[in-house]
Amino acid sequence: MADVKAVPRITASSRWARRTRHGDVLFWLLTLFFALVIIGLVVMVGVVTYNGSVEARAAYGWTFLWGTDWNPVETDLYPVSFGAWPAIRGTLLSSLIALILAAPTGVAIGIFLSELCPLRLRQPLGFLVELLAAIPSVIYGLWGVAVFANWFNDWIANPIANTAGQFVPWLAGPVAVSRGLAITGTILAIMILPTVSAITRDVLQAVPNHQREAMLSLGATRWEVIWGAVVPYARAGIVGGIMLGLGRALGETMAATMLIGNSTRIEESIFLPATTAAALIASELPNSVSLIHESSLIALALALFGITLILNLIARYLVWQTARGPAGEKV
Amino acid sequence: MSLETNMLTYPRRSRVDRALRGCTIVATAIAIVPLVLIITYVLIVGGAALNWDFFTQTYRPPVPAGIDPLTGLPIEGMEEGDPSQVQARGGVLHGIVGTLMVTLTALLFSLPIGILAGIFLAEYPDTPFNTFIRFCCDVLSGAPSIVIGVVGFTMIVRQTQTYSGIAGSIALIFLMVPTIARTTEEILKLVPNATREAAMAMGAPMWYSTLTVVVPTALTGIVTGALLAFARGAGETAPLLLTIQGNSNLSFNMLAPMAALPILTYKYIESPFPAENQLAWGTAFVLMMLVLGVNLLVRITTARIKR
Amino acid sequence: MARTTIVRVFAMALAVVTLLALVSSPAQAQSWAPRQVEASLKGSGATFPAPLYAAWIDTYKKVVPGVSISYQPVGSGQGIRDFVAYLTDFGGTDAAIAASRVQTEAPDALHIPMVIGAVVPTYNLPGITELRFNPEILAGIYLGAIRNWNDPRIAKANPNVRLPNLAITVVYRSDGSGTTAIWTDYLSKISTDWRNRVGSGTTVRWPVGVGAPGNPGVASTVKNTRGAIGYVEQVFATANRLPLPPVQNASGNFVAASLEATSAAADGVPIPANLVASITNSPNPNAYPIAGFTYILVRQNTYKDVTKAQALTDFLYWNLTEGTGAATRLGYAPLSASLRVRAIQALQSITVDGQRVFDGPAR
Repeated sequence: MADVKAVPRITASSRWARRTRHGDVLFWLLTLFFALVIIGLVVMVGVVTYNGSVEARAAYGWTFLWGTDWNPVETDLYPVSFGAWPAIRGTLLSSLIALILAAPTGVAIGIFLSELCPLRLRQPLGFLVELLAAIPSVIYGLWGVAVFANWFNDWIANPIANTAGQFVPWLAGPVAVSRGLAITGTILAIMILPTVSAITRDVLQAVPNHQREAMLSLGATRWEVIWGAVVPYARAGIVGGIMLGLGRALGETMAATMLIGNSTRIEESIFLPATTAAALIASELPNSVSLIHESSLIALALALFGITLILNLIARYLVWQTARGPAGEKV
Repeated sequence: MSLETNMLTYPRRSRVDRALRGCTIVATAIAIVPLVLIITYVLIVGGAALNWDFFTQTYRPPVPAGIDPLTGLPIEGMEEGDPSQVQARGGVLHGIVGTLMVTLTALLFSLPIGILAGIFLAEYPDTPFNTFIRFCCDVLSGAPSIVIGVVGFTMIVRQTQTYSGIAGSIALIFLMVPTIARTTEEILKLVPNATREAAMAMGAPMWYSTLTVVVPTALTGIVTGALLAFARGAGETAPLLLTIQGNSNLSFNMLAPMAALPILTYKYIESPFPAENQLAWGTAFVLMMLVLGVNLLVRITTARIKR
Repeated sequence: MARTTIVRVFAMALAVVTLLALVSSPAQAQSWAPRQVEASLKGSGATFPAPLYAAWIDTYKKVVPGVSISYQPVGSGQGIRDFVAYLTDFGGTDAAIAASRVQTEAPDALHIPMVIGAVVPTYNLPGITELRFNPEILAGIYLGAIRNWNDPRIAKANPNVRLPNLAITVVYRSDGSGTTAIWTDYLSKISTDWRNRVGSGTTVRWPVGVGAPGNPGVASTVKNTRGAIGYVEQVFATANRLPLPPVQNASGNFVAASLEATSAAADGVPIPANLVASITNSPNPNAYPIAGFTYILVRQNTYKDVTKAQALTDFLYWNLTEGTGAATRLGYAPLSASLRVRAIQALQSITVDGQRVFDGPAR
């Protein structure tokens, strides 16, 4: 009879040990846990805003989103009423202006820093751009009021209002003091520039060289290499950076409060005072007049989250439609 | 493409190439201009406030005009009661300590959350669940900082019945994590698969290869995300006002109200006296230098590590 | 012999009188001093009086070293919130807690007025600093009825001033604040149109104009915009060298916002027992018409710690009596004597477990 070696018994614990001996399952659980933490953070914010907006949602329902009247104090002629449209419109327009100004510029800067910049200048210039991110938002607001607004008024707002503004109502003036969507959008653009450009730079630097080499071997000019091979490869990352910048623009509070003009009237022109959701909440929440007032402001915050979600959906859809490229196609 | 057709279109393509490359240089210049203007302005307006006392003392109340700050007695011959002559004194040491403690603690918690979540999003197969998490990141990054302050106030300050530094750190986590997670994910996705395959071929389990090969390759990008998050967290006023509230004295106690540089900037700007307004600009300058200092330090350290 | 007796009697009387005087004068010279206790007090609230409170706290540290006080300027609304949520021991606010909220949220809150603030409608007209306003002009500008500086209504009140043809840019406070409450309260009193269309409160819906956050925001917007008009606390206008125009008060006099005129606003206005009153458009002929109290909130009977309550009442008493010098030097208008007495009486009414806490005189 042959020697029968003892067969190791398969127990539950040994099965478990075999499965986890490489640690991969544990690692997956760990990373999953932290991903769930992010969801948890959002849930916490959602719960607090949902609970805080109970009165407003009960009083207005969905009509809150397109109501145009924001009146906190009851008078003989006008009842108390809260409609979020002036704030939502302001947020959308100022962020749109910021995106239009910052996205191309930021990507261009990222391209320059990663592809075209002489090596010796790369670190210092990169630093300078990141220094823009180090400036606290309250300083952007203060500088905007003290220095930038007057310059903007004289060199951008009034010239445009006096020329194109005669034909196009949303550029109309006259502008006495520069507060409104245009100047806020411009300062927001400056604020999100470092985010977009730093992420673009890093993402472009990570594109493997064989992409560039392949394009060069086809006889492409330097720009064609960048635009045809490098940028598409990193498209998802660049869009991610722009999304983060957009998020910052939507939620920016301090600088917007100082430059938006804080008027809940709806004006056609982008050079006239307006308001954004973040500015309105920051201005009125600490000293709210009544419970329905406070509740409406929290409901506005809830609405802002919804808007962020929808904007992201639209952006992802647009990107997904225009290209399915190599690595990183899932935006 | 034949050499001939290539050569025919080359002049136009060359012009386009030069023009667009020039555009990128112009774009960079456009970014540098406001930076220089702002920093110069902050220096000019706040520069007079920067002296040795500013960095080493804590808050002192303003001195009315005509009063000797040292003795508290009226100065002979100087008119009292003119608010425009009120002098400011004191410094922001408590703010420097507070900002460093609160923001670095927040970063300490945000880094593992963000990096590991980013790894989850990048290294594991993509599912609708992943898209949902990305949405959550974007929603968080778009939240107005005042709302984050309200969340921190409602969830922590009210429950613990005290303003505290740790409440401020938790509030800043909400703002920092999305940046770190998304940046980590994007950078990791660009690490070529060949790297992972090479590590796998050496017999390393996935977790080992991720942590020791993939992440270090992407380290620069991850550090950028962390530094952007730190800059954002250090500069926010609204969430800190509602969670740590402020302290006029130097305090290292994270369980009690603390000072922070953005709060001090806000406090000095809200003062009626121009001398104190000037301190606000000085405080802002200190904050910028702080963030830049941390930036420099981290970049130098990671450069050393990579070498 | 009779003369010697008279002299003796006189000398004895003198001696007795001197003796009596010597005996009684220590009691009279014995003035009240704050008790030397150990306590830590936390407060938060209005930004307007913050520099003054900071100066008071700094000086009080030398008087009673055992008491450490902290006051954070976070705004009146947050100050009320912190006070009501028992996060602070005392609160600072420019606008009293709304009557409707007192019963439900803070039935034990006492409002102690500390100083009076004046709100001035400052303006930016190059070369012109002698403008004066009457109620009709102010309401008209803020309602949007008067849109240009050369409007006849402004010219009528300012016959000696050459007004330019310049559009008026109205500036208001975007963040809710006690300053807005005082300003809109005044406008509601002097203009039925304003009362019907806009009303008064810490935040209102403004018919025209541009908003700026905080007193400094309004001050800097006015400073940087030609033809702007905005309302700020008086100390901001003085400190930033902006004009303080005289405003016509209820008696028809044009009064500028000086410390005396501001303190006078409280005289002649009936102040109820809880010391919460609107003193705009005061009937006092010397009064500046746009003024309001800044209060410190304390709890009447819900303090748990006797030492804390003692320290707090002593501190507030010291501010009300010894601190008026610092107030005027920094540009804040102190209370009149009678009002100060009433404020101290409110302090005396604070009890812990039914026992009165404050033992100083109401002078």
